[in-house]
Amino acid sequence: MTRFLLQRLLHGVIVLWVVATLTFVLMRVTPGGPFDRERRLPPEVLANIAAKYHLDEPWLTQYARYLKGIIQGDLGPSYKYLNRSVTDVIADTLPTSVLLGILALALALLLSFPVGVSAAFYQNSWVDRCSMFLATLGISSPHFILAGLFIWFFSLYLGWFQAGRWDSMSSVVLPTLTLAAAPAAYLSYLIRSNLLETLGEEFIRTARAKGLRETSVVFKHALSNSLIPVLTVLGPLSAALVTGSFVVEYVFAIPGMGRFFITAVTDRDYPLIMGVTLVYTVILVCANLAVDLLYSLIDPRIKIP
Amino acid sequence: MKKWEGGKKIFGWLNSNPTLFGSFIFIFAVSLAGFLAPAIAPYSPGGLEERGILEGPTWSHWMGTDELGRDLFTRVLYGARVSITVGVGTALIALVIGTAYGLLSGYTGGALDHLLMRVVDIFYGLPDLLIFILLSLLLGRNIAGVLIALGLVTWVRFARIARGQVLQAKELAYVEGARAMGAAHLRIIARHILPNILAPILVTLTFSIPAAILAESTLSFIGLGINDPYNEWGTSWGTLAQDGWRAMRTYPHILFFPGMAIFLTILAFNSFGNGLRDLLDPKGKGK
Repeated sequence: MTRFLLQRLLHGVIVLWVVATLTFVLMRVTPGGPFDRERRLPPEVLANIAAKYHLDEPWLTQYARYLKGIIQGDLGPSYKYLNRSVTDVIADTLPTSVLLGILALALALLLSFPVGVSAAFYQNSWVDRCSMFLATLGISSPHFILAGLFIWFFSLYLGWFQAGRWDSMSSVVLPTLTLAAAPAAYLSYLIRSNLLETLGEEFIRTARAKGLRETSVVFKHALSNSLIPVLTVLGPLSAALVTGSFVVEYVFAIPGMGRFFITAVTDRDYPLIMGVTLVYTVILVCANLAVDLLYSLIDPRIKIP
Repeated sequence: MKKWEGGKKIFGWLNSNPTLFGSFIFIFAVSLAGFLAPAIAPYSPGGLEERGILEGPTWSHWMGTDELGRDLFTRVLYGARVSITVGVGTALIALVIGTAYGLLSGYTGGALDHLLMRVVDIFYGLPDLLIFILLSLLLGRNIAGVLIALGLVTWVRFARIARGQVLQAKELAYVEGARAMGAAHLRIIARHILPNILAPILVTLTFSIPAAILAESTLSFIGLGINDPYNEWGTSWGTLAQDGWRAMRTYPHILFFPGMAIFLTILAFNSFGNGLRDLLDPKGKGK
């Protein structure tokens, strides 16, 4: 167990280092910079800026400074938001994204389990066909199209919610719906196909032969055995949801991390871009680790060495 | 003769599965319309001729016009070319890199396999959307740049699947037989392994196309995708939708038509992929 944990942690550290190095190199070799204006700044000003942000140092020194900063939890100063550190900006925006992500994940799980299980239970019936058709629609709808549809219907037509505000409980509803749709669809699809696969196995036949009721067969024996693949996608999925979707935050004007990432890219605020990427990677690594640990809880056959 | 029978078989498949058939027809029509856009589009895509701006759909402008008076139907047609190119191009790049990598890894085995798969593990742990955005900053926000950047983040999926399949195919009796008879490695791979691993790779390819179209249009929508206004090839559907988003309250048609184009195309590819998977893998073993 300890060995497994250490191994996974080492793997996570390597992933983080790769991401840190990759973003550092990419940001350095990308042409153009945050201080390129239409009207060129005087060379003295540019030299001052370079000195302030240590851009005049050799690459290796900058890289070492950057890595050292990461270890100390200091992601450097933002180029765009003067006098604010990247850590500050992320600490301000991440909670909003996490709140939205957790709501969307909860909604997706709440929707997908009944849909997936009933679709498998009544395979090839109209329930199955309808829910799988809906799932295909959900998987195929880009966030901005769903968001447009929801805003048009719920805000403009029915007038239930106000879009583009983030100040009350009701402003959470439409973004959560938009963000949850695709994962809900994907999960129901996955739950259905895995449940069907498990239902075709020998031990299910045994359970039925014992005279167990069908509900007991499905819920007690089949469902828990078909959860492993669902769990596997939950890692990256929850990381993606919790860090917030760029698009959903962008279209609903939500002050989350994703929206700041978009502006950081357009402003070429390199430290902020690198910081968000790193934070995202940390969350992804942690989510995957949590999933690995959950495996052994759900399925005792999987032993963690 | 053999070729004709192959064609007949494909036709039989399509005929037996209406969803597969319908989505195939739709994809084919969209691709054809996109690539024939210069010939069939009713207006020129960037032309600012004297016509009404922000008109709703009429007989002369099926999808209306945008804020500069450009015909939306024409722009959506040209956009099809961009989306299909990005989708298919990305999938093909990922297919070539990933399959070659997976073949090498699985076929060689041993220490090299172990090393190569650790690299794939690390790639799997990367936040691919963010890496894609950063890569496309470097490669340029044009079609080629976006295509390569997307290909570079999706290839690992093919690598894993190809390796898994190769490991299975390697153990088949006739592959071992061929090796025992002293066939060259390249010949074994080309004649015996590749045909065996083709089906799952084909399915992965079909699902990679809509994923790439979705990623590209989404990023273009938020202004981080293709951003090259003077491109003659066409404007991305995502960019068109972005134009429409800003005018959504008053002129919903500018968002509606590009949005429907993206949605229906992705839907068609996904349905096609589902149909293909059921067909090639009747037991539903693959995911």
